[in-house]
Amino acid sequence: MKYLELRNINKSFGEYKASDDASLGIEKGRLIGLLGPSGSGKTTILRMIAGLETPDSGDIIIDGRRVNDVDASKRGIGFVFQNYALFRYMTVFENIAFGLKVQHVKRDAIKKRVGELISLVGLDGLDRRYPHQLSGGQRQRVAFARALAPNPHLLLLDEPFAAIDAKVRQELRKWLRKMIESLQITSIFVTHDQEEAVEVADEIVVINAGRIEQSGSPVEIYKQPATPFVARFIGRSDVIDNAGLLKGFEAAKDFSQAVIRPEFIRVEKSGHLEKYVRSIEEGTVEEVSFRGDCLELKVRVGDALLTANRPLEKDELRAGDRVSVLIRRIYVFDGDAARILENENMKNQAVYI
Amino acid sequence: MALKNEDGSITRALLITASLLFLFIMLILPLCIVLYIALRSGWETYKNTVTDFYTLKALQLTLSSTLVAVVVNTLFGLFAAWAITKFSFRGKKFLTTMIDVPFAISPVIAGLIFILTFGRIGWAHEWLDSYNINIVFAVPGIILAVIFVTFPFVARELIPVLNAQGSDEEEAAALMGANGFVIFFRVTLPNIKWALLYGVILCTARAMGEFGAVSVLSGHLRGKTNTLPLHVEILYNEYKYSQAFAVSSILVIMAVIILIARNIVEYKGKKELGL
Ligand SMILES: Nc1ncnc2c1ncn2[C@@H]1O[C@H](COP(=O)(O)OP(=O)(O)OP(=O)(O)O)[C@@H](O)[C@H]1O
Ligand SMILES: [Mg+2]
Repeated sequence: MKYLELRNINKSFGEYKASDDASLGIEKGRLIGLLGPSGSGKTTILRMIAGLETPDSGDIIIDGRRVNDVDASKRGIGFVFQNYALFRYMTVFENIAFGLKVQHVKRDAIKKRVGELISLVGLDGLDRRYPHQLSGGQRQRVAFARALAPNPHLLLLDEPFAAIDAKVRQELRKWLRKMIESLQITSIFVTHDQEEAVEVADEIVVINAGRIEQSGSPVEIYKQPATPFVARFIGRSDVIDNAGLLKGFEAAKDFSQAVIRPEFIRVEKSGHLEKYVRSIEEGTVEEVSFRGDCLELKVRVGDALLTANRPLEKDELRAGDRVSVLIRRIYVFDGDAARILENENMKNQAVYI
Repeated sequence: MALKNEDGSITRALLITASLLFLFIMLILPLCIVLYIALRSGWETYKNTVTDFYTLKALQLTLSSTLVAVVVNTLFGLFAAWAITKFSFRGKKFLTTMIDVPFAISPVIAGLIFILTFGRIGWAHEWLDSYNINIVFAVPGIILAVIFVTFPFVARELIPVLNAQGSDEEEAAALMGANGFVIFFRVTLPNIKWALLYGVILCTARAMGEFGAVSVLSGHLRGKTNTLPLHVEILYNEYKYSQAFAVSSILVIMAVIILIARNIVEYKGKKELGL
């Protein structure tokens, strides 16, 4: 059974639909990444789960119980805010102890629990500091410890690393992942950074304009995008208009949209891909840029501009070079239907060789 | 570069001189004159005036009406600012505008409004009379006038602070199971305490000095409905300049005390935020 379930949630702010018939389910102990561009309604969904916002319609079910009418203070949910929202007139210790004090836990027990949490998040010796005396990463850890203190069964994190610089963010991601894994607490983690979602989450839910586009494991979402939006949002990709004109993809004519990833493309100097002659397209390199571990090429094929990666050890290509382009696979979409098309001509060829 | 710097320093000197000169002529000089005239007829006269029965009565009334007004307006200001910043409701704009009314209309008019409501010609007079309650030309009227004139101060100080802070900390507290009472006293109040104190101080200063509205409602019954500012006026109209200025000096001293308190609050508030 799912631990948390949203069923057909709708929420409007005035005319604007921040949640549009959103449904999702999460199993106990899983770490879910809620991924979507800015303004797509991620925070709104978290706030509705926490009880800070009321859905216009639909059910929120936690552990088999409908909680729509349960007050936020009674849901027992830990929440890490986008900007942490630490109590600025309380020390680190008091911040973390707040939830326990409110529940009238004994002083000794509070001291023990807060001490444990402070070591857990690696803030030993900082318990007397005020929030403004901490770095962004330290504040993030306090917010995390504070949310964990009352032993919530569900932890919601709203872009917990948004305000932290790239290097520290990398470390904190790993740290958070490990921490949540060891605590076995069901968590939802909001981000607009696909790399972060892929790295941290067991399962990703992609949201766009208030609609849930797809949910599944990172690999699933990457390999089998259900909608054009997902295909474009996860991984690198280019949208092409007349995919049906590409050799080997005549079937693409029946679909309205097509998307290609750099990984699906092989680019060689003209004449170097003779054996695939029935599948290759001719093109021109328009741009070459260094990407650290490979070269990124922009190649013009007909009226489409494709992105391809080329390993560094291969002989160099320059802007203006004529090249052969082998496309192995594309994603095609028609409304809500999505399919992966393999290059037909290559398949046949494999049989003959 | 050098030219530019010179220009800058000339502008600076001009601005500072102008401001100081203005302050001196408009504020410091008159205050010195108040003290000078108050003490001109000698220390004995001064002491006698200040400890005079009617002066003490007036001081007492000023202090008590100020106290009541400050308490009432602090509560009102807190509620109004809280309602305006944390909830959205119909009539919110209207409420926000209404809070400013005492700033906009003359205190004399405020006094007249109460006369027209509670006075002999007012619609509430008969009803109040049947309970033997006197408002106009009595202490309740003075208190009402002071409350009316000073009610924007606390709310006005709090609204921007509460607005700027948003409700994240309150929401975080609520999610940890805190009730409204705990949230207010443990989370909201510490965040707004300096602004609140500042508002209370401004409110006190204004309440002590209020003249116009009180003047209309008081009836000038010496020893009964006379506040300090009214007492000054009476003495002045009787050509007792030394006495008038002696009583004024009490108000000046109270104002200075409040000014010092204000500066301490401002300094502490800033220090705590900057920490
Ligand atoms: N209280 C509100 N009143 C009006 N509109 C709101 C309110 N809260 C959110 N919205 C709107 O709902 C939409 C979704 O907002 P939400 O905060 O959920 O986005 P988000 O996905 O969290 O974005 P971000 O990544 O920028 O934080 C936005 O267009 C926003 O303007
Ligand atoms: Mg957000």
